[in-house]
Amino acid sequence: METCTKVTKEWLNTQEYREKNFAREKLVINPAKACQPLGALLCALGIEASLPFVHGSQGCAAYFRSTLSRHYREPVAAVSDSMTEDSAVFGGQSNLIEGLKNANALYSPKVIAMFTSCMAEVIGDDINAYLGNAKEQEAIPKDLPVALANTPSFKGSHITGYDTMLKGLIECLAVPRQEDKINDRLYVVPGFDTYTANLREYKRLLKVMEAPFTLLPDQSDVLDAPNLGTYELYPGGTPITEMKEALNAGSFLFAQTYATPTTRKYLAGKEVPVEVISMPIGIGGTDKFIEAVAKFTGKEVQKEITIERGRSIDAMTDAHQYIHGKKFALFGDPDVLMGVVSFLLEMGGEPVHIVCTNSTPLFKKAMESMLEASPYGQGATLYAGKDLWHLRSLLVTEPVDMLIGDSHGKWAARDANIPLVRIGFPITDRVNLHRYPIIGYSGVINMITMIVNTFLEEVDRNSPEAYFEMMR
Amino acid sequence: MSTKETIEFRKQVVEDVLEIYPEKAKKNRRQHIAVKDSECASCAVKSNAKTVPGIMTARGCAYAGAKGVVWGPVKDVVHISHGPVGCGYYSWGNRRNLADGEIGVDNFVPFLFTSDFQESDIIYGGDKKLEKIISEVVGLFPNAKGVSVLSECPVGLIGDDIESVARRMSEKIELPVIPVRCEGFRGISQSLGHHIANDAIRDHLIGKGPAREIGKYDIGIIGDYNIGGDAWASKKILEEMGLKVVNIWTGDSTLEMLQNGHLVKLNLIHCFRSMNYIAKHMEETYGTPWIEFNFFGPTKIKESILKIAAQFDDYIMEKALKVIEKYTAPMQKVIDIYRPRLEGKSVMLYVGGLRPRHIVGAYEDLGMEVIGTGYEFAHNEDYEKTIPALKEGTLIYDDVTALELEEFVKKLKPDLVGSGIKEKYVFEKMGLPFRQMHSWDYSGPYHGYEGFPIFARDMDMAINSPTWKSIKAPWSK
Repeated sequence: METCTKVTKEWLNTQEYREKNFAREKLVINPAKACQPLGALLCALGIEASLPFVHGSQGCAAYFRSTLSRHYREPVAAVSDSMTEDSAVFGGQSNLIEGLKNANALYSPKVIAMFTSCMAEVIGDDINAYLGNAKEQEAIPKDLPVALANTPSFKGSHITGYDTMLKGLIECLAVPRQEDKINDRLYVVPGFDTYTANLREYKRLLKVMEAPFTLLPDQSDVLDAPNLGTYELYPGGTPITEMKEALNAGSFLFAQTYATPTTRKYLAGKEVPVEVISMPIGIGGTDKFIEAVAKFTGKEVQKEITIERGRSIDAMTDAHQYIHGKKFALFGDPDVLMGVVSFLLEMGGEPVHIVCTNSTPLFKKAMESMLEASPYGQGATLYAGKDLWHLRSLLVTEPVDMLIGDSHGKWAARDANIPLVRIGFPITDRVNLHRYPIIGYSGVINMITMIVNTFLEEVDRNSPEAYFEMMR
Repeated sequence: MSTKETIEFRKQVVEDVLEIYPEKAKKNRRQHIAVKDSECASCAVKSNAKTVPGIMTARGCAYAGAKGVVWGPVKDVVHISHGPVGCGYYSWGNRRNLADGEIGVDNFVPFLFTSDFQESDIIYGGDKKLEKIISEVVGLFPNAKGVSVLSECPVGLIGDDIESVARRMSEKIELPVIPVRCEGFRGISQSLGHHIANDAIRDHLIGKGPAREIGKYDIGIIGDYNIGGDAWASKKILEEMGLKVVNIWTGDSTLEMLQNGHLVKLNLIHCFRSMNYIAKHMEETYGTPWIEFNFFGPTKIKESILKIAAQFDDYIMEKALKVIEKYTAPMQKVIDIYRPRLEGKSVMLYVGGLRPRHIVGAYEDLGMEVIGTGYEFAHNEDYEKTIPALKEGTLIYDDVTALELEEFVKKLKPDLVGSGIKEKYVFEKMGLPFRQMHSWDYSGPYHGYEGFPIFARDMDMAINSPTWKSIKAPWSK
């Protein structure tokens, strides 16, 4: 028995096993993606006094809330209409109507953000019609906005759900675009971004750049709420008044590409100017954000921004030697991967394995051309649609120096005996990381801090006494 | 306040809170809340009933009960979350079911295996995909002792026949393939999922293991999921008593332990709610007796040790008494340290299967008082077992809604709230000490003599943390 166990453990680390592992067609093991409604819920939390409402099984709502609470260490409110077996037979209308009535009476939201989970999608519930009937029956006031999103878990991933819900919220809350009512605001959409500090960083940069803006959605005060001794159900979010004016935006700036196509298409259809950039991670990524904002305001880029940029460059040159030539494996969402890989290339780091479970053809193309254009990207391969068990095979057969990804990567990193630097979602085994931005110039400094100090900690912990030095 | 005044006050609190509901919901919720009074006339709370839509319940679903609770911890079986990616993803690595074994070789607990349903699977069905997946599992994990298939909502709705797939594949791979029909829409909480999971063990595993002689002192632990090492802490006591724990269900368990669950002299059941079904089945079919026990806090541990030992001979009783004696002084030392810091502090609980009643004694050992308690998914018999353990005036709430719990806590002002991750940060924002009592807040174990010092330290740490004192800014009025 014992020998058998040993043989297999070694076998897991072989090239032969890697090939077998990559030959699997249907089994998915440890995927780095969640399902649509989780993203919808995150999106909904970023609107003022918005109550997320899951039309489906109550277990879904419990799972989304727990998952988000574990990452942020914050309360996450959401209701569901608790569909059960009889809803499978008769449809979920009566649950939806009763649910709306109770949720409104208990939690007095300014908007209800309703999205679906599997059950409602499979039986084909028409939530739009049900909502009409709910208002008809006066379960909720006729003027209570209810945004709708169909978010089947068997399509796309959490980033798709975020996008669909965002479109639903704008569709529900914004008044039609009127050419004589165009406002001077830049609506900035962060995308599926689980760093409250990123959101605050966007707002800070936009203020410095004197751009009138709305961050849409904005979970920073909801998922990084102060402890003032009282619990607030609705502690922040994009103001409803600004949601109303969304279609009259001067322009929209999307700070993620792959988590926003549906909303962009919708806005373009409404004649709203739309700009999209890669997530502003790294110097080049942040430069593009700054340029896009400057283009919108028509102002020169503030000296303060240039100085801030210079400080980050200084941090990069100070620490380049610790990242240059180091080999990395990464996994995560497409937008985050584009950003973090671009940053590593700027530092002379060498990405080797890039695993993206929720990849898209456009992302694959963009990532591959970015890698191709850099001398440091030549040894990299993007594994589109692969999972963390594939990643494990890669790490043990083609070793790298560090893994970058969310907490789910910790087993693969342990098996490969390399450190895991936690960037992404969810991070459930370290504290406060969402309170440090990874976007912007300050994000550059934070990532250098995390990556370099992790390497140096390894050096100190593993160095023989003779090589244990004061300076590193 | 006198007890009578307390009862009246708390009854009024309930009435006030119910006022927030629309009529129909109010009528429903009223039946789920009670205050224990001398007559206990109002003690009966309705339970195991449908959740009112729209009210923010903490409850999960049948899949959570079957996969997350019962099957997930079985370590040498590959558990396929069959359906879309979400359910498996959200139940991956977050129940702290510790397991000893080589990960990827004979321990599959920290994994998510999913069939990752796409739209085409919904349209054309997922049976063929499932077959393929099971073959791939066997190729990649040859030491797996079996495969369980835990179905998610769509599987049941599109009419897939996972039972036939399981039958066919079981023959082909010559290993048990266990279909578990735990779609999330079944039932009204996790509870039916437990039952379905138990039934799957009954139908596919029990009595099908390799033959084994039953030793004189062989016992099984049923309903301990080894959260933070709980089952190991319990096992330690039982083995010191001279008993031999041959099975644990299902913390750190193996397929064979499930197959041979009946081959013991006695089954000890900790979480009655999630595993009473199979314990009763083993008794009825194989004559395997079972008793409940409670290893939280020295008082209950002692009672349970004596109760368990009484089922065996003098040899065991003698050893049992020695175990109690051995740990009396160390436990007293723990009490001497923490009781003065916790005496008179009040607690409100809202948890799952057994803890709303089982932990009461451990708090009492520390001089603390449980003033409110309730279950997410209990049945009547759970409340019947609970109410005698509670003091008069205790508030009892079933499937409590987020808003009710908040309001009850605001009015009753406990010194500590013990509940889950969804509740934790709500109360901490109020400046209230809180401990997660599902996951032990990433601490533990809390079971047994090993667990009590940790439990005591954690409760003290929560209540007496200096961090609470900083909430109010000096300039705030």
